[in-house]
Amino acid sequence: MSAPTDLNIDHVAHLARLALTPEEKAKFATQLGDVLAYIEQLKKVDVSGVEPTAHAFPVYNVWADDVAQPGLPVEAALKNAPAQRNNMIVVPKVVE
Amino acid sequence: MSSELFYKPVTELSSLLEAKTVSSVELTQAVIARTKAVDTKVKAFNSFDEADALAQARASDERRAAGQARGPLDGIPVGIKDVIAVDGQPLTASSKMLANFVSPYDSTVTKKLKKAGAICWGRLNLDEFAMGSSTENSAFHTTCNPYDLERVPGGSSGGSAAAVAAGEAIVSLGSDTGGSIRQPAALCNVVGFKPTYGLVSRFGLIAFASSLDQIGPFSRSVEDAAITLGAIAGHDPLDSTSFKTEIPNYRDELKKRKGPWRLGIPKEYFGQGLDPEVAAAVEKAISYYEKMGCEVKNVSLPHTEYGVGVYYIIATAECSSNLARYDGIRYGHRSKDAKDIIDLYFKSRAEGFGQEVKRRIILGTYVLSSGYYDAYYLRAQKVRTLIRQDFLNAYKEVDAILTPTSPTPAFKKGEKAANPLAMYLSDVYTIGVNLAGLPGMSIPCGFSKSGLPIGLQLIGQPFQEAELLSIANAYEKAHDWATITPNL
Repeated sequence: MSAPTDLNIDHVAHLARLALTPEEKAKFATQLGDVLAYIEQLKKVDVSGVEPTAHAFPVYNVWADDVAQPGLPVEAALKNAPAQRNNMIVVPKVVE
Repeated sequence: MSSELFYKPVTELSSLLEAKTVSSVELTQAVIARTKAVDTKVKAFNSFDEADALAQARASDERRAAGQARGPLDGIPVGIKDVIAVDGQPLTASSKMLANFVSPYDSTVTKKLKKAGAICWGRLNLDEFAMGSSTENSAFHTTCNPYDLERVPGGSSGGSAAAVAAGEAIVSLGSDTGGSIRQPAALCNVVGFKPTYGLVSRFGLIAFASSLDQIGPFSRSVEDAAITLGAIAGHDPLDSTSFKTEIPNYRDELKKRKGPWRLGIPKEYFGQGLDPEVAAAVEKAISYYEKMGCEVKNVSLPHTEYGVGVYYIIATAECSSNLARYDGIRYGHRSKDAKDIIDLYFKSRAEGFGQEVKRRIILGTYVLSSGYYDAYYLRAQKVRTLIRQDFLNAYKEVDAILTPTSPTPAFKKGEKAANPLAMYLSDVYTIGVNLAGLPGMSIPCGFSKSGLPIGLQLIGQPFQEAELLSIANAYEKAHDWATITPNL
């Protein structure tokens, strides 16, 4: 069903830091092939001279006064951490 | 029509509370009992905290006894989509990734609801991270359509729509990125309102696609939507995309604005793929407006056919970026068998995310990746400009646009689950509104022969919520679809 695309699932999954099973890779390649084939129709639109829209109502230069505000207490901030010790988040060793 | 407390609108309940005919504790108990009686079938909730809700209700009754009631929402149970933070309550996004997450703070909308005296009630199911149109992508369970338990309630805010439809909440909050409030509202016979982008703060809403996401209410009446929207709207310094604009008293505006209005019918929304029963119900609603003296005109939104394509580039690109934060380090699921830190990212994300979320992260990462950005993301943003201009051009001639909300009534569970593209196309009428940043709503406008609800979509001009609500109110006052409750 899927149109040929140059979607390289392994490369993209690596960029996204997402481990996929061989089954997922095969399934996504087909399904996203269909979606990308559908999206091809956008190439028909003449967009010369059209400005891109990032936000429907852009708000520019939103400044806040540089004033310290009370934040979450450490205990509350760490409450959802998968592993913690001495008010710090524990992670696997990153340097030898 | 039901005379039960849990099926009454806010307008009626607030009078009963004010007259002290009913207490908030009694009302909340009725809603809790109803939830316990029907949610084993409907499955709208991920969880609820009975003791917490009753404590809030007692506080409301005490305020009222002291003469300090805070307005129409004081003492009213409001269901909350499980993607909006409530201090001390679970916040799962219906994902394994956040299955054990408890929010340490309130979102701006729930802070405002509490300030208005409302009771934040329960955590309502959704498609994982709000990605989907049926709640089938929830990691926990699929919510059922109260009007036919074999069918989906729509999505992603399916729990929020089903809860109001089944009497398990009086009103509720959802979020809408491509139709996630309006489509489930249409499928569940309730009112669903998606505000103009920037009207309601997104602080405390788990981000999916930041340039499209908006929070809005589900309710049993347009006036209830006006009341709830008024409570949550307004500029917030904690959301830099929130807009500084005057918030009128929407409820008062409903009484002042009586039309007649100029209403646009876009031919692109009535073509191939539209179910004939949906078309007939929507056309009947349009002819009602004509009869009440409105000028009904054909308008054209020529770039409509590109909406779904643009949406699935922009929304997936933004989601791939927003969901990068779920790395298993600071919060969320952490894999137990990673051999190093990089492996921890890969495995935690693989174990924590479901299929649709992974699919969208892959697509979004691809369209943003080196060499493809211009062809996909930049081009999509330019076509987005054209879609937005289509609407603004139409608004030179009309005050609002009327369309079907969903091309079909509720579909069966499993019907589209294996075909993502078919599922994506079910959002064809709702997506343009998000891309253009406009306010849009769905109101009940009939039933199919087999008893499934049908919704009318009304699309308004930027920040003209009062006008849009008034147009919807004019139809609702002459029809009683919302009073037809499901057999549960």
